[in-house]
Amino acid sequence: MTATTLAPEAPLTSETIETDAIVIGAGPCGLFAVFELGLLDIKAHVVDILDRPGGQCAELYPEKPIYDVPALPIVTGQELTDRLMEQIKPFNPQFHFSERIDALSRQPDGRFRLTTDAGTDFLAKVVVVAAGGGSFTPKRPPLPGIENYEGTSVFYSVRKIEQMRGKDVVIIGGGDSALDWTLNLAPVAKSLTLVHRRDEFRAAPHSVEKMRRLVEEASIRLLIGQVVGLEGANGELSAVEIKTSNGTERLPCTAMLPFFGLTMKLGPVADWGLNLHENLINVDTERFESSEKGIFAIGDINWYPGKLKLILSGFHEAALMAQAAQRIVYPDKKVMFQYTTSSSSLQKKLGVK
Amino acid sequence: MTKITFIQPDGESQTVDVENGLTVMEAAKLNDVPGIEAECGGACACATCHVYVDEGWRDKVGKPAEMEEDMLDFAFDVREESRLSCQIKVSDALDGLIVRVPAKQF
Repeated sequence: MTATTLAPEAPLTSETIETDAIVIGAGPCGLFAVFELGLLDIKAHVVDILDRPGGQCAELYPEKPIYDVPALPIVTGQELTDRLMEQIKPFNPQFHFSERIDALSRQPDGRFRLTTDAGTDFLAKVVVVAAGGGSFTPKRPPLPGIENYEGTSVFYSVRKIEQMRGKDVVIIGGGDSALDWTLNLAPVAKSLTLVHRRDEFRAAPHSVEKMRRLVEEASIRLLIGQVVGLEGANGELSAVEIKTSNGTERLPCTAMLPFFGLTMKLGPVADWGLNLHENLINVDTERFESSEKGIFAIGDINWYPGKLKLILSGFHEAALMAQAAQRIVYPDKKVMFQYTTSSSSLQKKLGVK
Repeated sequence: MTKITFIQPDGESQTVDVENGLTVMEAAKLNDVPGIEAECGGACACATCHVYVDEGWRDKVGKPAEMEEDMLDFAFDVREESRLSCQIKVSDALDGLIVRVPAKQF
């Protein structure tokens, strides 16, 4: 394997989490994978970049009805997520939210070492990539040269308020993130301008009210318009150009915070040396295993001839993947196929017997 | 069948025949019109099927609903004539509709 930032011989620490399976992605397929693995006594930890389970179902369409989940004539994204969480409860999966697996490497003993961007460190026998359309990442406004300022003057999240002290801050957006940061940074910034394309806001009404009060007191400015250009040098922003209905205005700016929502990017998965097909992970249709033994891919992120990006297909893939994973996690165990309706051992695991 | 014309930022245009009842986004995807991404598949949840409705058609196409306005906040270079093409239903009344594809969906 190519990859990674972590050498195979990197010493384990007392914090290294040893487990059977790491499931990357807590969308419907990742959650159902926990169930199928659990029935086969495979213990899973689940990592997701979002702060809650559900993946696209939670982030993109929590309220939208889905009509093609077998036996549920109509179910919303949120309801499906809630039901899956209920279904996997007996297996007590450990969730690591707001984290992204950044590095993956194979250990000399065949297991996988994985680390997240927050430094959580895992050792697992199998990896299940159920990352959907990739990890949700903040949208980067298509302003020429913006990448030169990211991390120095352009921020998509704020870790420390102090970091913004004394800066000429420009915040773009009209949702809760934009409004919350406007309110939080107003006291420390040298100047603060909120830029939004219209004089209506999606954010919570009380935040909007507070913001309007600050504008009235002239503590901050609100500009209705769009940022069209950046000025600066050596990664340091000095001004932004904003197009309003009255023409273009140039505004001093040493920190810009654009909040245009999230988009999905394949992310670090691309660097793990797996065979890809147009940014999707190539798998076989017997085990749903990638080109690397022990690394499986299910749901929207995989590709095989005839692939359909349907939740129900991902569920099927999870079931077959779990059978294959069992052969790696328990190589000596005799594989016996059982039904949840009749097997007392499965029912015991589910806590119904 | 209803005719819809998509004009690219470089001026290239493509006219497609669409069945009534589909959306302008679906018309674009079915005919491989470049520049319409529709990341969310038409759920009005992503703003990557953003188009500019041609001047003469704005009244017929109408204004975005509130949810669509909210979602347009996530698009770039939003103008008066901006719409999300997944929210425009094709009908006889829109026969000959012209929409422009933005330089970038993001």
